[in-house]
Amino acid sequence: MTAILANIGRNVKDGLSGAGRGVVLLRAIVFATRQFWKMRGEILEQMHVVLVGSMPLVIVTSVFVGAVTAVQAVYQMQAYVPMKFLGTVISKSVFIELGPVLMALVVGSRLCAFYAAELGTMKVTEQLDAMCIMAIDPVSYLAMPRFWAAVLMIPVVTIFCDVIAIVGGYLASVVTLDVSSGTFIEGLRMFYKHSDLLGGLIKSVVFGGIIAMSGIYYGFNTKGGAEGVGRATMTAVVGSCLSVLVADYLLALVLFQIIFEK
Amino acid sequence: MGAQFDIPALPGQRVADPAAFQGVVVEGVSKSFGAKVVLNGTDLLIPKGETLVIIGRSGEGKSVLLKHIVRLLEPDSGRIWVEGQEISRLGIRHLMRLRRRFGFLFQGAALFDSMDVCHNVGLMLKEHTDWTDERMRERACECLSLVGLDGAADKLPSELSGGMKKRAGLARAIVMEPEYILYDEPTTGLDPITGDAINELIIKLRQELGVTSIVVTHDMPSAFKIADRMAMLSSGKIVFTGTVDEVRQTDHPMVRQFIEGNSQGPLGAF
Repeated sequence: MTAILANIGRNVKDGLSGAGRGVVLLRAIVFATRQFWKMRGEILEQMHVVLVGSMPLVIVTSVFVGAVTAVQAVYQMQAYVPMKFLGTVISKSVFIELGPVLMALVVGSRLCAFYAAELGTMKVTEQLDAMCIMAIDPVSYLAMPRFWAAVLMIPVVTIFCDVIAIVGGYLASVVTLDVSSGTFIEGLRMFYKHSDLLGGLIKSVVFGGIIAMSGIYYGFNTKGGAEGVGRATMTAVVGSCLSVLVADYLLALVLFQIIFEK
Repeated sequence: MGAQFDIPALPGQRVADPAAFQGVVVEGVSKSFGAKVVLNGTDLLIPKGETLVIIGRSGEGKSVLLKHIVRLLEPDSGRIWVEGQEISRLGIRHLMRLRRRFGFLFQGAALFDSMDVCHNVGLMLKEHTDWTDERMRERACECLSLVGLDGAADKLPSELSGGMKKRAGLARAIVMEPEYILYDEPTTGLDPITGDAINELIIKLRQELGVTSIVVTHDMPSAFKIADRMAMLSSGKIVFTGTVDEVRQTDHPMVRQFIEGNSQGPLGAF
């Protein structure tokens, strides 16, 4: 019993200490943002990694998300709800929830793993130490560009996802589910609100920050050799996914009060 | 060979006023990783302009000691001064300014994978000078030439052999003409001819530029060639310091066992 309590206590202590170090890292990144213009080349390069590198994944995921949502909605609605609401259901689901969350989980995991593995390898091969010796701050040079690339580009990826998922939903509805094009578009327009799109994008900005912080934090704190890099990458992705889901719930509570309700 | 320095020859001695000492003072530094005590009250003085070679068995904490001198690691206890500045008390800006005066050759070279050799060598110039790209490239190529890597500027680190990586790391360490260079096994993995060329370069840097060098090595011919003074680290403490002649002539059992490469003796075999 004592051992179990000691173990719980140790885990809580480690968790709090990790959270504290994460906050210190975030503060350092915010501080390093003064060098945003100087590091613009690196930031653009990282934005390219997020956007262009993720596009095949975004396209495939989004098309099928839209299509599956259409199939599920038609199945649920067929006896009770007029099909003119199909477009509404798909657009609301995608804009508010599916777009931001799925992109944070799918593209975010890819990005988080990339950051953690890249920075973790640099850590275990002493490249981060070499940078420190050269009087170059790894937070300014490595962490800050990656953080802002994720924060700025995950919403852009989400917009792509929203559009492609609507197209996927439209094609699935019209081609396979016998819903007319006019009916689908009417539903899409009927209850469309900018606030739905905006709320989803606000979520994706926060998710971008969570994804970047998780990858950077675990990368910078990697210990050991190849196994350490593997463990750091796995922990970063799991931590990122769980944090995104918790943040999604908390943001939903807040955003429904101040944005979606309007 | 080498210059003469007014330095305590016995282990454990310290200067009265570390803040007034021109060079590096390591005073009572201890460091543990978990239960393993690596440094246990290490004292060491390195006067400016000297080449000090630190010898000792693998895993005795020589590289850890080097990393403490540039505050890549923080001691559990003890203090380190560099030219009168206690580095553990320096703010980040002052520390960065101090580090610009150092070059560090890592055991595994620690080249940046994503950059070609020229950018690796020139990165410090890019960050800390307002030189043009042409001038930076020229200086990087000049340093690469000094270590025998002409023509390797556009290669990626993954295209280099271990020895070439080490030489590229050395070119990177000297590119800003630092006052202090810390070498972690500079000749390990090099063929004897290249190794000797690196030894000559270390000597040349001291003679022509007055560079203070701290070298960690197991390569005894290299140590005898480049050292002004040698220090032996064992069980977390400096157990012997002396000039090359003193090391050659000493009866200290640990030093004798080490320089003779004898598996029988106080250091043990494993």
